[in-house]
Amino acid sequence: MTIDWNHFTPWTSLIGGVLLGLSAALFILLNGRVLGISGIVGGLLAPRAGDTGWRVSFVLGLLAAPLAYALFATPVVPRIDAGWGLLVLAGLLVGVGTRYGSGCTSGHGVCGLSRLSPRSLVATLSFMGAGFAVVYLVRHLLA
Amino acid sequence: MNRIVEFAMGLLFGIGLILSGMTDPGKVIGFLDLLGAWDPSLALVMGGAIAVGTVAFAVARQRSTSFLGGVMHLPQPGRIDRQLVLGSLVFGVGWGLAGFCPGPALVSLGSGEPKAAVFVVSMLAGMWIFDWASKTRPSLQTEGAR
Repeated sequence: MTIDWNHFTPWTSLIGGVLLGLSAALFILLNGRVLGISGIVGGLLAPRAGDTGWRVSFVLGLLAAPLAYALFATPVVPRIDAGWGLLVLAGLLVGVGTRYGSGCTSGHGVCGLSRLSPRSLVATLSFMGAGFAVVYLVRHLLA
Repeated sequence: MNRIVEFAMGLLFGIGLILSGMTDPGKVIGFLDLLGAWDPSLALVMGGAIAVGTVAFAVARQRSTSFLGGVMHLPQPGRIDRQLVLGSLVFGVGWGLAGFCPGPALVSLGSGEPKAAVFVVSMLAGMWIFDWASKTRPSLQTEGAR
């Protein structure tokens, strides 16, 4: 293991993280809801009356973020190495897994750990572990 | 009024994701590549988020209503069960394969990235498939927060 100093961005990571925490903080304190994106989106798949407006508004905010960001900074060019087939597979796994596991990096990772939830700790360790394992497999065993 | 607040929260969260580099799968996989050239950034992102979040949830825990007068929807403490672990492992595999999770994928979709679009559609399909399958299979049913 070597530190990737070329890509490590300590300050923008911290500041960005604080913005994430701030959003989650305002979401629970103002809206009374956990900022768990797989849950917010999942709830739109089986819409219930009176329960969709807030979800749609939040998702629209996410979708509009790149536009807002571009107003004050140069957009980041993402490095997406996955091909189309892998993207489909990955998407399916994330879709199934987040529903089955009741959360994702925002729900369990940010909010769950902030709530000191043992369930979320187990979930986070599990998806992190799986992520580490898969990347190891792909980059160091199969490459 | 609330709709505007919710939109603003999505906007703020999305901006946080972009600024922190989380919408760049390369950066996420760089963190997951422990044994390679390791980029610790994601750990700092989580750290910064949780530092702020912990304070907020400590306050929220004491309340039954939100500050705007709505219900405080905090999940009940639940069991650590097989669904939680298995589901999280499956999610983690998908996350490691493409470097996308739900939030960043949606933000990236908003920027017009076609690969994010493919991922999001597949993710929605996966969610829908799971919900459909779990209707008739008690073993898949979870306490999942809504």
